[in-house]
Amino acid sequence: MQSLFQRPGEMTAPERFGQISWSLVALISLLAAVGVAMLYSAAGGSMDPWAKRHAIRFAIGMAALLFVAVTDLRVWLQYAYVVYGVALALLVGVEIAGKMGMGAQRWIDLKIFLLQPSEVMKVGLVLALARYFHSVSYENVGRIVYLLVPAAMVLAPVALVVRQPDLGTAGMLMVGGVAMFFIAGVRMWKFVLGGVLALAAIPLAWRFLLHDYQKKRVLTFFNPDSDPMGAGYHILQSKIALGSGGIAGRGFKQGTQSYLNFLPEKQTDFIFTMLAEEFGLLGGLGLILVYMIILGYGFAIALRSRNHFGRLLALGLTTTIFLYVFINVAMVMGVVPVVGVPLPLVSYGGTALLTVMVAFGLIMNVYVHRDLRLTRGGLDEDE
Amino acid sequence: MARERSRAAILGRRAALLAGGKFVILSALGLRLYSLQVLEAQRYRDMAEDNRANLRLLEPTRGYVVDRYGAPLAVNVQSYRLEIVPEQAQDFAATLDAVARVIEILPEEREKIMEAARKSRRVFLPVTVKENLTWEQVSRIEVNAPDLPGVDIKSHATRFYPYGHATAHVIGYVGAVNEDDLADDPDPLLELPSTRIGKLGIERQYELALRGRAGRKEIEVNAFGREIQEFKERRIEAEPGHDIVTTIDLGLQRFIIERLADQHAAAVVVMDAQNGDVLALVSTPTYDANLFPNGISPTDWAAIRDNPYKPQTNKAVAGQYAPGSTFKLAVILAALEEGFGAGHTTHCRGFIQFGDRKFHCWKRWGHGPVNMTASIRESCDIFYYEVAQKLGIDKIAETGRRLGLGARTGIDMGGEYPGVMPDSAWKQAITGDYWRPGDTLVAGIGQGYVLATPLQLAVMTSRIATGRAVTPHLTRDLFEGESVRARPEVDFQPLGLKDNSLLLVRTAMNQVVNHEKGTARGSRLRDSAWAMAGKTGTSQVRRISEAERRSRVLKNEELEWLMRDHAVFVGYAPYETPRYAVAVVVEHGGSGSKAAAPVARDIMLELERREQQFASGEWPAQIAFSESRDLR
Repeated sequence: MQSLFQRPGEMTAPERFGQISWSLVALISLLAAVGVAMLYSAAGGSMDPWAKRHAIRFAIGMAALLFVAVTDLRVWLQYAYVVYGVALALLVGVEIAGKMGMGAQRWIDLKIFLLQPSEVMKVGLVLALARYFHSVSYENVGRIVYLLVPAAMVLAPVALVVRQPDLGTAGMLMVGGVAMFFIAGVRMWKFVLGGVLALAAIPLAWRFLLHDYQKKRVLTFFNPDSDPMGAGYHILQSKIALGSGGIAGRGFKQGTQSYLNFLPEKQTDFIFTMLAEEFGLLGGLGLILVYMIILGYGFAIALRSRNHFGRLLALGLTTTIFLYVFINVAMVMGVVPVVGVPLPLVSYGGTALLTVMVAFGLIMNVYVHRDLRLTRGGLDEDE
Repeated sequence: MARERSRAAILGRRAALLAGGKFVILSALGLRLYSLQVLEAQRYRDMAEDNRANLRLLEPTRGYVVDRYGAPLAVNVQSYRLEIVPEQAQDFAATLDAVARVIEILPEEREKIMEAARKSRRVFLPVTVKENLTWEQVSRIEVNAPDLPGVDIKSHATRFYPYGHATAHVIGYVGAVNEDDLADDPDPLLELPSTRIGKLGIERQYELALRGRAGRKEIEVNAFGREIQEFKERRIEAEPGHDIVTTIDLGLQRFIIERLADQHAAAVVVMDAQNGDVLALVSTPTYDANLFPNGISPTDWAAIRDNPYKPQTNKAVAGQYAPGSTFKLAVILAALEEGFGAGHTTHCRGFIQFGDRKFHCWKRWGHGPVNMTASIRESCDIFYYEVAQKLGIDKIAETGRRLGLGARTGIDMGGEYPGVMPDSAWKQAITGDYWRPGDTLVAGIGQGYVLATPLQLAVMTSRIATGRAVTPHLTRDLFEGESVRARPEVDFQPLGLKDNSLLLVRTAMNQVVNHEKGTARGSRLRDSAWAMAGKTGTSQVRRISEAERRSRVLKNEELEWLMRDHAVFVGYAPYETPRYAVAVVVEHGGSGSKAAAPVARDIMLELERREQQFASGEWPAQIAFSESRDLR
């Protein structure tokens, strides 16, 4: 059993703390502050019920981020499969004893909060794949047999999450997993082949996997005006809110679509819409730009790392963050179907916030351990 | 080391590709945002405005209808409705029970209210608890208001007819808008469920003037339809409808209805013979117009529909009766115009033989020699058989039409019937048969095909009394759609009848009432400065067989009601300076002299009394107008 923080001759915890990128922490805090402001507006100019709790949760999340950032990276390498295994067990758990809510089985009631195992899995899968590809040589990455295990690692949780059913998270896990394969160096033609196979499987999935309401959502997505009062209502109202925002927006707390409740779920999935209604194109593009900079940080941290595990981990988690942002923003603009993915750090919601903060904690950890060298097999020896 | 480096190199390339991909994708979302917020901004801004702005109509106040002295005939009164807003009443059932302790709510009512509250999905929308609260109930609720959270009393205007029984046939009533109304009238006001429009009488005739013009307000609503605020600067107030002053004398109208109480069914029209003002227009039995504005109950409707005396028919304008001997006025005028001398005399021996038929006079043993004046005074039938036969029907019809028969008078209320003034062409067109000389004889005494409404008879009387083409109307002012102007000083055109002819007829009419042999002598105005002139009529509704004539013609009292004659009387007063013309028809009332003329006499006496009262300055009805304003 290794110490979480320190080994003889290496950085002490305070020293690691000193290595943290405070500019990245500032950018993260900026997003959370935007979240608090928007939740304040969403409640009609009140800290209750959302803004205050969001701020408190962010503070807890920040503590988690900092804690994760200063732990020893090798501990995460060592326990990567354990985290993945626990997440998978929890997913099976919700499948069995899951609580009914919103027509989907997604949560475990931990009394203090509702735990969403699929969120844990978003980090767990990246950890497990990073550890796996860290340990596989460049030659072996090219061999199909070596891809069977990671493929199973991806498909098992995806299958469980699809059953919940939560297409948004399943899609994120799938795309995040494929991205890990991609950066691990799996040959290009395999992606092409996989893509062709996936397209061929779409009709089968439509027939056997999707629920009627999911089919309806997809159909509505392709023709939102067909059902303005039903399934297409949310998207139409969201587009009206976005469009009416114009360049400069309607002003803080002045968005009619939001405060007259035409915009649904404005505190969670559609918070970007509300921001873009009140602050216009400038606000919307500004927020996207902040996300781009943060993603750029993740990319730079990955490339700066001297160990393969850290590079894979940072890039994988950066991709996860990107997928959150992309799916959410594309969803509220009617570019992809409404699948219920929150906007990281801004949307109201505990589990996703904690997940994202832990993910940033790990990215920060990679940054803190940027000069650590790790062998492919071993855990602690330099090559 | 080398492998590790190559692995890192590939990762670097792939990571760059991935990062580039992400950048492109996020930039594409930025472009999409640009397209929504800049290129399509106006369209979405309009849609957002459509979402939140809602137009609500403001209902105008319907104009009042008052009588000629200002007494209210149709007004608006506030009625009160008790509502509970579920959102403001923390516990709906408990609040309802609290209300039930203050005003009575029956268990089955409570059940319905609870059901409505359960079904209501919008907690800010009120649930109606009770309609038409009394003043006492309203004040009890107001007193207990602090203990009744969410309980609200809403008031709205309801049409009320203070004398709904007396005026139903003139003023009519309002009712809910139906499909046909919507088809004819694009006014958005009609779409409101609370709107009532005129269905009958003055209410219908002057609908546009009475209705007024809807105002509008724009409000902001949220996604659930709750009103958030009003855009005050965009408010346009409603324009109230015009008040309508009718020519009706409410006191007279009520007097006549009371006077007719001992008859099953009757119709009376009283008009100003000089200017055409209709002072009273009565049809009995009548009904309460207040049954209609909020929808008549099936029981009430059945009671009206199944009444054998047909209260729903306005007999004054829609009842078509054989005018009987009153038509002799038209025949004699035609004869005088056609050159019959004033000295023309006929010998009446009770009947004449015409072809193989006998035509009888009402007086079994005959009148003996009958001149023009006597023919009217004593209403000799034989005289008119002979004169009509010599004149021919077409000459008679021409004069009849000149007096206003056979065509609608054009009075400003709906539901008027034209009556029938037959001539040879008419019979050919309607029955396909030619006009027979026998038809002329029957028409000569106002029977057979001739039909007239009581209003037409009043108009005919006015025309004879004044010599001018008087037409009747019901309002003081003229309305054209929504605009109003004062009715011009009336000066009707002369009828084109010779003064001598008219003079002879008027003299004869005077003798009908005031000569010792007159048929209406029993109804002359005693104790009065006025003298009434008139003409009786008894219109037969059955055929009297020769066998009956040989034994004895049955008296009306011996017959079933439906077999009895209609009693008719037309008259005017004062004889010297004609002012009021009256027509009375008592359905199956028996003879005109016994059943109709006394009614006319009493009306004239009442009119005289009212004139004196008016001259002496006692006129309580005038105050009523200003009082009625406060009802609004």
